[in-house]
Amino acid sequence: MKKFNLMMIAVLIVSMSFGQKYFTKNGKINFDATSANSPEKVEAVNRTITCVVDTKTGNIQFAALMKGFEFEKALMQEHFNENYVESDKYPKAEFRGMIDGNDALNYSKDGTYIVKVKGKLTIHGETRDIESPGKLIVQNGKISTLADFIITLSDYKISIPGLVGDKVSKTAKISVTCQLELFKG
Amino acid sequence: MIKIISFLVIVFCLQTMLKAQETDLLKLVEDDKKKKEIVKNAFKSTRVINGHSMEFLRPGTMDVRILHRFGQIDQGYKNFFGLDQASMRLGFDFGIRNNLMGGVGRSTFKKELDAFVKYAPFLQSTGSRSFPLTIALVAGITMNGLEWADSARKNYFSSRLAYYFQTIIGKKISEGFSLQFTPTLVHKNMVHLAADSNDIFSLGVGGRLKISRRVAITWDYFYVFNPLSDNVYHDPLSIGIDIETGGHVFQLHFSNATGMNEPTFITETTGDWSKGEVRFGFNLSRVFQLKKKKMD
Repeated sequence: MKKFNLMMIAVLIVSMSFGQKYFTKNGKINFDATSANSPEKVEAVNRTITCVVDTKTGNIQFAALMKGFEFEKALMQEHFNENYVESDKYPKAEFRGMIDGNDALNYSKDGTYIVKVKGKLTIHGETRDIESPGKLIVQNGKISTLADFIITLSDYKISIPGLVGDKVSKTAKISVTCQLELFKG
Repeated sequence: MIKIISFLVIVFCLQTMLKAQETDLLKLVEDDKKKKEIVKNAFKSTRVINGHSMEFLRPGTMDVRILHRFGQIDQGYKNFFGLDQASMRLGFDFGIRNNLMGGVGRSTFKKELDAFVKYAPFLQSTGSRSFPLTIALVAGITMNGLEWADSARKNYFSSRLAYYFQTIIGKKISEGFSLQFTPTLVHKNMVHLAADSNDIFSLGVGGRLKISRRVAITWDYFYVFNPLSDNVYHDPLSIGIDIETGGHVFQLHFSNATGMNEPTFITETTGDWSKGEVRFGFNLSRVFQLKKKKMD
């Protein structure tokens, strides 16, 4: 019977390890590729970002449906999907990375932690290594992730024709905000 | 008993451990079902060349369309291959909903005013509850603005009017290739010969082949089943190239038609491709956003 109790405890511990993943499906990404002096803003927001963090291993992953980016102007959105990121061919952008120094973080304690995230970003079918500082905010058992970084569009084979060069910048500012909840599954 | 339980527990533990090691976290929360998504950009513009395409304007946008049809190329240098003469149509189209749009226009040819409404009960889509085709209905009216040919006789206003009704059955077959069929009925309140029917039936075939992200080849043909007989009329055939620059779509083409609304280009095309009676023309389309989407 003692053995059985021990087993039960083991099972419990293992099931508790489920509680190490946090996720959301409605994170937000703001995208801004407005060129300096541009007469119109080239920016979009996507409110359907999926993000999963495994606090035990420090794995952090994001996924964005390209068609989820909403622009102020319908035509711009159409061109974004059709001509720049080719959403039908490459429907998703993904980031898979690790939180640097994850072991030192105490997720059970409320607070704001400045972290560095390293990993691979895939946009338009092209994968690049990126590294960005970010913030992790732990509050009442929930985690928020915030990060701002800049990508160079040509790295991802997104070409900007000369004709729109005065509007669309060669780089894009990306800000990610996600409020994660405990993953029970 | 205990042995069995412990075995199960061990298996369970191992499974869980394996799961914890798994690095594809996104897969854990992924939806299995794909959301329904409307297939867009079957054509660059809401017209193939002359005829309506299966494409709709986005809601809250206005498309200003400036159309030019020049003279016949076979006139040679004395008319600068037709460029000395131009016929034009100025039009304004409005996107109301994803599957509803309308527009008005004014053509030089016969000083015609025209208006239309286009509605799609079915839009081609992917994902769950998808539909393989776009089926759209178009209804339009045109009003001839010329002075009466014979002012002595009793003329009725209704004689100036013509109508057209069209069904567009179209499919974006692949990223680069779209094809549509458009059975069309043109009703003219007045035709010149008593022997001619007021109802002219035709079947259009339009298509697009993309050759790069911003350039496509297009064609637009209508087979007319019962052409009018007060002149020698030909089926309108247009072949063109769509070029999309940031905010404009240029549709450059060669066509034997002069008219820029359905009743005129379907029933009143006199040019004959086999005799080189072809014109150069272009459609210039510029879409403006009237109602901006809220960003935050």
